[in-house]
Amino acid sequence: MMLDTGSPSFTEFLSSYAPHLLPWRRGVPAEPVGDQVPHATTIVAATFAGGVVMAGDRRATSGNMISQRDIEKVFRTDEYSCVGIAGTASIGIELARLYCVELEHYEKREGRVLSAEGKANRLATMIRGNLPMAMQGLAVVPMFVAYDPDRGEGRIFSYDVGGGPYEQKNYAAIGSGSIFARGALKKLYRENASAEDTVLVCLQALYDAADDDAATGGPDVYRQIYPVVAVIDEEGFRRLSDEEVEAHVRSLLEGRSQSPDGPHAPLR
Amino acid sequence: MSRGTPVSIPFGYVPAEQQMRDKADYARKGIARGRSSVVLQYDNGILLVAHNASRALHKISEIYDRIGFAAVGRYNEFEALRLAGIRYADINGYSYDRADVTGRGLANFYAQQLGMIFTDSIKPFEVEIVVAEVGNTPEEDQIYRLTFDGSVQDEHGAIAMGGQADAVAARLKDHYREGMTLEEALQAALAALTEPGNEPPPTSQLEVAILDRTRPLQRKFLRLTGRRLERLIEAGRKATAEPSGEGGEAAKGGPEAQATPPAQPSTPPATPPAAPPTAPEGEIDTGSGE
Repeated sequence: MMLDTGSPSFTEFLSSYAPHLLPWRRGVPAEPVGDQVPHATTIVAATFAGGVVMAGDRRATSGNMISQRDIEKVFRTDEYSCVGIAGTASIGIELARLYCVELEHYEKREGRVLSAEGKANRLATMIRGNLPMAMQGLAVVPMFVAYDPDRGEGRIFSYDVGGGPYEQKNYAAIGSGSIFARGALKKLYRENASAEDTVLVCLQALYDAADDDAATGGPDVYRQIYPVVAVIDEEGFRRLSDEEVEAHVRSLLEGRSQSPDGPHAPLR
Repeated sequence: MSRGTPVSIPFGYVPAEQQMRDKADYARKGIARGRSSVVLQYDNGILLVAHNASRALHKISEIYDRIGFAAVGRYNEFEALRLAGIRYADINGYSYDRADVTGRGLANFYAQQLGMIFTDSIKPFEVEIVVAEVGNTPEEDQIYRLTFDGSVQDEHGAIAMGGQADAVAARLKDHYREGMTLEEALQAALAALTEPGNEPPPTSQLEVAILDRTRPLQRKFLRLTGRRLERLIEAGRKATAEPSGEGGEAAKGGPEAQATPPAQPSTPPATPPAAPPTAPEGEIDTGSGE
């Protein structure tokens, strides 16, 4: 089996060699169990001149319980891409792990890196596999961002429970707080801004999501739990250190202490 | 299939010993027709160098975070092994953890596969491979050499394989010492791959990769190509040329000269025999792109 050279896709190999290892190959629960397992919440992403930023809050909830306050939902998938997960945390984390191996496996076998579209399409087929689980409340909806070296710009792809991808222009948000985050992004996003400003836009959007959505966690300065922020540009993937995020968060909180609803977008 | 029925020795019976010997000879001949590859430790990692005229068909590859692969012989056969190795590593890393994928595990996997093929199929694989795993220190580096019949050797230092492997190994031994820098190790590898009295293989025909333990990324494997490779070779050439060549090095280094002689007396019997070429042009070595 191992010596049969076959497809360069790790997932396809897994589905014939060890199907029990696939995240979506578990018994589908008879009735919806959505409220009983931890769910990951809000992820936002926005492009800037020559790259893309993704940020995620740190909360996981089961029903009305906070099941974890420092969960990480943004994962580096290869040198030029990352994925953020909203929905059922357990399946989402497994899916992200499998997706990382999928990209690396292809790269090692074929000696080349998949195109940005190729990576986005690959993720769609993996989400499609989870549809029966999604119908029972165990949905996973990822967001994928990548730097496209051919175009020299950042790209954002979103999905729904049935797959995708849907390419998004400028910015996107997923998860329970996404409605509020999208509102904030809409007002604060500036095209061709710097990476630093775009990071701040994403943090503001996450703050607004946490402000209005109980399942999204705001920055916790006492425990020093801050959103995970990833910046991808020509230089590759970089996760901002806690110190860097803390500096942004402190300036954001400073502003919010004067104006709790955040910065005002000009009316005209 | 007919094994169960006959009572007397059937016509055309070939004893198992003879069969194995024939297969081994066949495999050895196939491997000897190809070009050589060398694998050697340097201070910050492991260097893998193959004489390979093709840029598309690789003889050296990344398998996992810390594990590299080098092969000689028939391309389609070692390519199948390479792909299987990547699958083995990825599935283990996925079902356990990335840290649980080891060079030893992979070497055992290859040994099983090669051993099975050698005994079960009519034609053995005409390949020889090296599995190298870089550790946190040179002492933790692990290098395994696997031959066509599935036997594994735990190696240390510098290894040569492929066509004229003995001659290449002898030259490698002359130039190799422990704790070399990357530039020096590359020079040693080049010297080993250079037929006496000939020019070293052009940079375009060298496939070079390192497993660099100092690399900040999880994946330590890095291909050296183009300008970067040329610069490294150039730097190494200057460094070895300036301290009055190789002879000067041996003459100067008192303790080193003490350290090397014990090894040399055992090697000369292998070296002097007219120092044969690195490899005759082989039809079998499709990896060389000819």
